[in-house]
Amino acid sequence: MATVGFNDSDLLDLQRRLVILRVGLLLVVGLLALRLWHLQIREGPYYRDLSENNRTRSVVLEPARGLIFDRNGVLLANNVPSFALYVTLEDVKDRQALVGQLASLLTLDPEVIQKKLSTGKGSKLQPRKVKDRLTLREATLIESHRLDLPGVMIQVESQRNYPAGDVAAHLLGYVGEVSADQLEKPDFADLHQGSIVGQYGVEKWFDRQVRGRAGQKSVEVDALGHEKRAIVSDKPLAGDDLYLTIDAKLQKVSEDLLGDESGAIVALDPTNGDILAMASRPGFDPNVLSKELTNKQWVEIVQNERRPLNNRATQGQYPPGSTFKVVMAAAALESNTVTPSTMVRCNGGYQFGNRLFHDWKQGGHGSVDMNEALIHSCDVYFYTVGQRMGIDTIAEYAKQFGLGQETGVELPSERVGIVPSTAWKQKARNQPWYPGETISAAIGQGYVTVTPLQMASVIGTVANDGLSIKPRLVQAVMNRTTGERAEFPPTVRGKVAVKPATLALIKSALADVVTKGTATRAKSPLVTIGGKTGTAQTAALRTGPEKDIPKKLRDHAWFVAFAPVEAPRIAVAVLAEHMGHGGSAAAPLAKDVIEAYVKAYPQVLQGAPANGRAKSPAVPVDARPKT
Amino acid sequence: MIDRVIDSRGLDSFDLRFMGLIAVILSVGVLSIYSVTHSQDTAFPFYLKQLVWILLGTIAFLVMYLSDYHKIARLAYPTYAVILIMLAVVLFMGKSSRGAQRWIPIGPFAFQPSEFAKLVLVLVLANYYSRASRVGWLHRVVLPGLIVLPGLLLILKQPDLGSGLSFLAVYAAMLLMVGVRSKALGIILLLSVMLFPFVWEVVWASLHDYQRERVMAFVDPDYDPGGKGYHALQSRIAIGSGELSGKGLYGGTQSQLKFLPEGHTDFVFAVYAEEWGFVGVLVLLALFIALIWVSLEIAARAKDTLGALLAAGIVAMLCFCVVVNIGMTAGMFPIVGIPLPLVSYGGSATIMTMASLGLLLNVKRRRLTLFY
Repeated sequence: MATVGFNDSDLLDLQRRLVILRVGLLLVVGLLALRLWHLQIREGPYYRDLSENNRTRSVVLEPARGLIFDRNGVLLANNVPSFALYVTLEDVKDRQALVGQLASLLTLDPEVIQKKLSTGKGSKLQPRKVKDRLTLREATLIESHRLDLPGVMIQVESQRNYPAGDVAAHLLGYVGEVSADQLEKPDFADLHQGSIVGQYGVEKWFDRQVRGRAGQKSVEVDALGHEKRAIVSDKPLAGDDLYLTIDAKLQKVSEDLLGDESGAIVALDPTNGDILAMASRPGFDPNVLSKELTNKQWVEIVQNERRPLNNRATQGQYPPGSTFKVVMAAAALESNTVTPSTMVRCNGGYQFGNRLFHDWKQGGHGSVDMNEALIHSCDVYFYTVGQRMGIDTIAEYAKQFGLGQETGVELPSERVGIVPSTAWKQKARNQPWYPGETISAAIGQGYVTVTPLQMASVIGTVANDGLSIKPRLVQAVMNRTTGERAEFPPTVRGKVAVKPATLALIKSALADVVTKGTATRAKSPLVTIGGKTGTAQTAALRTGPEKDIPKKLRDHAWFVAFAPVEAPRIAVAVLAEHMGHGGSAAAPLAKDVIEAYVKAYPQVLQGAPANGRAKSPAVPVDARPKT
Repeated sequence: MIDRVIDSRGLDSFDLRFMGLIAVILSVGVLSIYSVTHSQDTAFPFYLKQLVWILLGTIAFLVMYLSDYHKIARLAYPTYAVILIMLAVVLFMGKSSRGAQRWIPIGPFAFQPSEFAKLVLVLVLANYYSRASRVGWLHRVVLPGLIVLPGLLLILKQPDLGSGLSFLAVYAAMLLMVGVRSKALGIILLLSVMLFPFVWEVVWASLHDYQRERVMAFVDPDYDPGGKGYHALQSRIAIGSGELSGKGLYGGTQSQLKFLPEGHTDFVFAVYAEEWGFVGVLVLLALFIALIWVSLEIAARAKDTLGALLAAGIVAMLCFCVVVNIGMTAGMFPIVGIPLPLVSYGGSATIMTMASLGLLLNVKRRRLTLFY
């Protein structure tokens, strides 16, 4: 028998135990069912969400920034396609290994990558931008290693591009990633880490219009984070296009005139405030600054002694020198301090207390009236009238002409200069005003400082018969989706309280400055020009001839001008740092700018406005709204 | 002898029910394997291979069914010796996969001796207990324990925690079947408790990193979803996101998009649960309960101790694998690498399970002879 081992009772016993196994089995399977019910029914929706998150990634579609054109429709800023590398941390299995791989594939500093991956409060599901402007080679390299790089994604984006390189760099500005500080502000609330915003120039001032709105797509990914299917839920909206008032050619001419020297040239239309050119040298290439710079590159730019990032037209504050005499003349005549025929004797110096203030011309100009004082820039005449008027009257008129305050141009961080007065000195220096200081101020020295844009505005106001128009850089904004073009009308800042006769006298004198005065080098066969030279001292003690003085101590050369004299359509301010006399160093530059302008817009000689050739350029085909 | 007489009535309704259940569960497996792997572009896809295993399994089933189980039991010791040699061979020249050496390559396929070792152990122990009354805890517990030990150690050395645990489960189930007196049970429990720290130390030290991580991950699967707890969490997400009615065939995003690794082998249950939902899960659980119920029926009605012990051992092994596999995919147990019988893809496991079920039906077939 086979049943040798157990007796029958053993077998029965065994069969009884099977009952225990049955009960135990039911119990355990019951527990399993309970657990599965818990997972699938009670927590089912939770796990359903997790599985959706697992497979779908929401990817931000960066909008294309609006384009920037000059007044004739010449493209100044556009976008070019570029590859950007994103990493989704959720899909990354080994972060350290990934950092190493990317560092070697992209020749990037591992620390930079590490920082990009660890900063930001974003969710692990949110792809982070690690690098943009990948070269085609880099992008191909990444794509070919894609299986070894879970969580890595290459996205084609539009990249800001400035086709003209460094032309108009200061006024266009540049773009860059939104900073952590900016993200805290309400203006940037709808942005995220990695968003590109304008960081300088009109790019910054008009960022909200130019920025556009980001879209979104849902991407179904596999376990390696690779895209399987994409659903665009929200298309990105391109930003608005800007139409600037500048003329790209005139801008280039102005910049080339300054060349390697430091300085600024501002040209504007005094009748409507359009800034036609705004040059500042030295400059920079916004294409470079819009890239991600290394610390070293950034330090090099910021610590450059010549301060290329400084927009000298709006941020450079210089003593106006003799160009200030334009304001002085208006103030003296309007305050009835002098009449046009009042004569002042100039012996080459003005004695005040125990100090002798020199005229620029040794031996003096003899007896001069207002007209001659302006033509020959007689310092003694203005010392005298300044002393008679007092500093507060001077300040009052300087302010009327817009000095000491923002012009309101659409550029960030505009500086205002200084219009000194007794109240100002008390407040700023906590000192009383000394009468001797009025004498320096009367010829635009001492405490007085201005920006080249302010001086262009001053001479423009004179040219426009006292009507001051706010300088502006943008004439229109066009909505890319609707094609609607919103024009910005010129803004009148006010009318200076100066009689037309006074302004007529000043204008005529300034015309004579060019024909027979200190600025004969600005005389043009093409167009009548009126102007005023200025030579701003930078150091108090100077001895010997100009050429022996170290360059950084030499005077700044100024020239402010308008043309045509009969019906002015352009006002120019030229400031050439450390270039010496305004008449020799600055006036020829202003003449060249004016000549370039009248050649480009001959109608201004007949008093017609210099409208852009493409006032309303056609809406790009791809941006037209779909019907 | 009576017991050598073969039932001449052929297949009855009981047999048909038994085999029907097996066929249905196998189909669930093939379908799920097809669903996970259908997008893979291979000349010989997994579901076709699985069909081949089922075919070979059917042959194994028939062999085990048609031979006399007493004859088979007589071969138990030599077979066990062969298996032990194979387990040793695996250690030296086996194919490794994920840090474990479990397979002996045979052509394009790999043979996993530890799977077969489970069935052989059932045969050995059933044979041992049926030969004598084995009274006293030395004969009931210690000696069979010494039989189990070499196999267990070789399997743990691979390491194959899942098969090792199955081995222990078979041993424990056999002990329970033959009955252990409360005193002996008490001593075992006491010894286990006292030895646990030392054993744990040894076991922990012998575990591979990935196994430790799995154990740690079981404690807190959410603590690093991208890393160690990944497997367990993805499995839970797959099951949970199936909700009541599932995402439908091919609709399981967790498995289709490969978030869930091993979707066609150890984690096939998660794939099934994701695509068929709680309703499907209840159906599959019911199928397994029915199969085990029928198997227990066979054990209960076995005409001799050997048959009863064989049946009980096979049922215990089956129960253990089903419960532990579903438990681990559902996050109730640590992940130990036990396939779901008849459902998971795998040649050795499928053939072994079908052979076991053939042996089981063999036991039932012979009990009927008593009544003639």
